[in-house]
Amino acid sequence: MLVALVKLLALGLGLSIVGVVLWLVFALLRIVWVSAIQWRDLFSIDRWTEVLVTIGRSKLRTALTMISVSWGIFVLVALLGLGNGLDNGMKKNFARDATNGVWISANKTSQAYGGYDVGRKLMFENADYERARKVDGIEYIAGQHFIRGQRWGSSLVTKRGAKANSFSLDAVHPEAIRLQSHSIAAGRFITTGDIQQTRKAAVIGQTVSHFLFEGANPIGEWIEIGSVPFQVVGVFSDPGGAEEERRIYIPISTAQLAFNGGEKVGMLQFTVGDASPEETERIIEQVKGQLADRYNFDPNDRQAVRVQNNIEQFERFRKLFWMISAFIVVIGLGTLAAGVVGVSNIMMIAVKERTKEIGVRKALGATPNSIIFMIIQEAVFLTGVAGLFGLAAGVACTELIGYLELTDFIHNPAIDIKVGIGATLFLVVAGALAGYFPARAAAKVNPIHALRDQ
Amino acid sequence: MLRLTKVNKYYQVGTHSLHVLRDVDFEVADGEFVAIMGASGSGKSTLLNILGILDDYDSGEYRLGDTVIKNLSESKGAAYRNKFIGFVFQSFNLLPFKTALENVALPLYYQGVTRRKRNQIAGQYLERVGLRDWADHTPSEMSGGQKQRVAIARALIGKPRLILADEPTGALDSETSKQIMDLLSEINRSGITVLVVTHDPEVAARTQRTIRLRDGKVVGAHEASASNPGMAAAT
Repeated sequence: MLVALVKLLALGLGLSIVGVVLWLVFALLRIVWVSAIQWRDLFSIDRWTEVLVTIGRSKLRTALTMISVSWGIFVLVALLGLGNGLDNGMKKNFARDATNGVWISANKTSQAYGGYDVGRKLMFENADYERARKVDGIEYIAGQHFIRGQRWGSSLVTKRGAKANSFSLDAVHPEAIRLQSHSIAAGRFITTGDIQQTRKAAVIGQTVSHFLFEGANPIGEWIEIGSVPFQVVGVFSDPGGAEEERRIYIPISTAQLAFNGGEKVGMLQFTVGDASPEETERIIEQVKGQLADRYNFDPNDRQAVRVQNNIEQFERFRKLFWMISAFIVVIGLGTLAAGVVGVSNIMMIAVKERTKEIGVRKALGATPNSIIFMIIQEAVFLTGVAGLFGLAAGVACTELIGYLELTDFIHNPAIDIKVGIGATLFLVVAGALAGYFPARAAAKVNPIHALRDQ
Repeated sequence: MLRLTKVNKYYQVGTHSLHVLRDVDFEVADGEFVAIMGASGSGKSTLLNILGILDDYDSGEYRLGDTVIKNLSESKGAAYRNKFIGFVFQSFNLLPFKTALENVALPLYYQGVTRRKRNQIAGQYLERVGLRDWADHTPSEMSGGQKQRVAIARALIGKPRLILADEPTGALDSETSKQIMDLLSEINRSGITVLVVTHDPEVAARTQRTIRLRDGKVVGAHEASASNPGMAAAT
């Protein structure tokens, strides 16, 4: 019973929406048809003078109408720009690292399993990296060794002559660069050769380079990391800025050897190409499964290994932002629609007021199409001018927000030209529709009644 | 010029059908000057609507020149109005925001005449009604008589064969009324058929012939106005 009622309601709603859409389409077709007949009026000085005079006759009303339309388009553009800015901001934030990256690091078990107690510290080995390499769907993979067990950064001092500082030190496989958005500014990144021959090679960030070399070419020069000499083979830059460039990469094998790291690998990092979130989940489970087998922890133990997954996060953010944008657009369109309905209303009143004038025109030989086109022309002009004001204000507003850089979440909120053109076209169509219904009323004016009406 | 044969017109009022014109039957020859008289409610305005192709009728036939005016599309009706008929109204109905010249030129706008040409022609017609010097004035700056002259010039500019004047002197004092009727007579002498709808016997007296309407019917003979002025025939 209830279901049937709901279905009926839904059907009714659907039908009425279809009806409204068909009605609007019909109106648009009629407008196009009328325009095809009356296009000459667009180039008539008299007509434009008339339009201006008519609009100028009730200044307050015109101003109020234009404000409502301007406001509508302003809100729409500003919100679209903000939506864009949020989107760009998100992309920029994620651009620091590969958006399809996965990081799995060894941690502590939180569940007793296979005869072992809770709280066992885990550590991976080179063999785990070799095994994970073979997992289907993994695109690029690298292991990372935490020098002296120090996970974040390193207390090792990097020195060149009298200059010394502590930089973040990453001991990795060559493909580690694929998980970052670094680009090589000079030289090269770590290679398989470096790993195999445990070369003392170092790739330094630009910040490091500036600090140690002060503009001189660092390639081929020697630096000391934790009193072990390394030769600089490359310099990288990063769009994330100076903070991201305060890092030094060295071959994982060299680090293990030089800093007494044995076979230890603290973290596996890999990318999954353009895999979907579900596929990514499967790949992660597979790698985790291998590790669980090897180290005897519960595969369902969420603490034993830590998984950081950019894809899931990225998708979640994207959905969230998409919803925010959609919401924003709906609000903007609603505001704009209110403005357009306002124009329609005002034109309706104007037509009522001008019944006599329209009657005269008809008696003098104006065709209904010419009357319709006249009213539509006025409406389009009104919405068009008001809309362009709103558009300009909206663009200025987004530019200002972009210029001020209020928050990290919003980046480059400018709307692109396509949106601007689209909005303008939309305005013309909306204006024409707003004018159509009053215009039809005008075309129906009976001249004799209008003229007898004192 | 025009001929109405058993023209009937009904208006639907609620569930009732109002018989507004009953077998209206008359003819106006080329170059005639005719008055249509009748009290309000006699069907005068309906008849005027039909004659001016502003309304359709239900049965019978209305012939304007060689054309049967029946079931015309709105745009065709507009074209005929523009070409054949000039309207003169009681309240002048000039567009207040346009100058006298622009008002006169308006029908030519709807004929698609270029701006320069139609302003030039409009100047000539203003000259003809003696208002050349008032070309740049708006209606609000003119007297009633002047406004009606502008309206007449506007009615003439399309070179119509028929002028339909609806109470053309209704808003004017008697002296000005006389001048306007003089102007209409003069126009009529130039060969244009003039039809005046009025309830003023003095106006009717200036025409060649009066058609009287009562309750939607043409009553009495089509008497010559001069021999039978006033409302006598209405009783």
